[in-house]
Amino acid sequence: MKYDIKKLYEAASLDEAISLLDEHPEAKIIAGGSDVLISIRGGELAGCTLVSIYGLDDLRGVTVDEDGTIRIGSLTSFTSIARNEIIMKYLPYLGEAAASVGGPQVRNIGTIGGNTCNGVTSADTASTLLALDAIIEVKGKDGYRRIPMKNWYIKAKVVDLKPTEVQTAILIPKESYQGYFGNYYKYSARHAMDIATCGCSVNVKLSDDKKTIEDVRIAYGVAGPVPLRAGTAEAAVKGRAVNLETLELFSEKVKDDINPRTSWRASKEFRTHLMTELARRCLTESISRSGGIFQ
Amino acid sequence: MSDIQYKELNFTVNGKERSLMIDVRSSLLDVLRNELHLHSVKKGCEVGECGACTVLIDGEPYDSCIYLAIWAEGKDILTVEGLMGDDGSISDIQQAFIDEVAVQCGFCTPGLIMTAYSVLADGKRYTRDELRQKLAGNMCRCTGYHNIINAVEKTMLKRIEAAEAKNS
Repeated sequence: MKYDIKKLYEAASLDEAISLLDEHPEAKIIAGGSDVLISIRGGELAGCTLVSIYGLDDLRGVTVDEDGTIRIGSLTSFTSIARNEIIMKYLPYLGEAAASVGGPQVRNIGTIGGNTCNGVTSADTASTLLALDAIIEVKGKDGYRRIPMKNWYIKAKVVDLKPTEVQTAILIPKESYQGYFGNYYKYSARHAMDIATCGCSVNVKLSDDKKTIEDVRIAYGVAGPVPLRAGTAEAAVKGRAVNLETLELFSEKVKDDINPRTSWRASKEFRTHLMTELARRCLTESISRSGGIFQ
Repeated sequence: MSDIQYKELNFTVNGKERSLMIDVRSSLLDVLRNELHLHSVKKGCEVGECGACTVLIDGEPYDSCIYLAIWAEGKDILTVEGLMGDDGSISDIQQAFIDEVAVQCGFCTPGLIMTAYSVLADGKRYTRDELRQKLAGNMCRCTGYHNIINAVEKTMLKRIEAAEAKNS
């Protein structure tokens, strides 16, 4: 069986990819293909025109810019992210999220760019990136644009990527990760090759004496049509002491922010229960990784 | 159809440099099976879930069903056929699958052998749980996982033992 592809263009450079997209407005970008090829086979994208960017090695790898910003090339695979030394040192919870995707083979082909461009709420790395206030870098005909992750998602499966644009990198500014510790919890029926019933990513910055929550950020996958931050819960516990009441308040307040639905994977009620419980567990774990002292 | 797009593909398969014209719509799985007749590479789910089509690309396991063949340009591909020694002998991991009766219907075996081969390549010691995680992308519909993990674990321990004996 051949894939039902009408025409396939292989870009040899980023600029060529952009001009190919400009010449063929109907074309879809294919990066690793673990979403696109499956949609072609499933019929949703059958007969499509593709621009392959898989060969653009410049878009692979993790580096640190001069100002301390961590730059993750959009074609970096989940495997490369999970094994990367910069990620392991500064963003181990992003590594955890990358390592929870699919299985080893899928993690080798799947890219972090694809995970954020597909606009899917259950995307494992997306909630952590959202909780990190990551910035999406795209390049199009008119040059580069940088979009804060919170403005990236428009609706389910739709992101702020214009037809001639290619996502080039995901940036994590230094102030976004320095002093923060976090963790990602993927709740799924199986421990591998499964889609998250719910994903929860928390990171926290404690005061110097480790007794107060200076800042906390929490984002969910599958709490709504796109990855979602729980701003009410964050605001409620900022500046509060590290104690059980704070955990309780945090877990209670997320209910004001989340809006999960019933699907064949789980009911709204079960997801709501999971999300309040995971808020508590992820904050506890993040505090413990920060060396926090419970009062 | 006259508008079929062809492209020359140059890559290394099981140590041999190959060059052939392919339809750009082909998966790597199709090229390996249909053009190069490497029938160890099994076509299972075709959506990257079962792992039966696993081959190593530059040493890492990939589902060849969801890998466009054109992407293999310049890459080094290894399939079970490539594990055969010059004298026709089989590799230690294949022998372990036989010894541990880790094969039932056999359909998942080539994919599992290739993933296991890549896991064992680093010579590290893994727990059974870690091995399970590393082999999680390969399904065995006969559910013979216990013996499969036994085979991989025993090969790992044998190799570690041999390396230690060599160093002492």
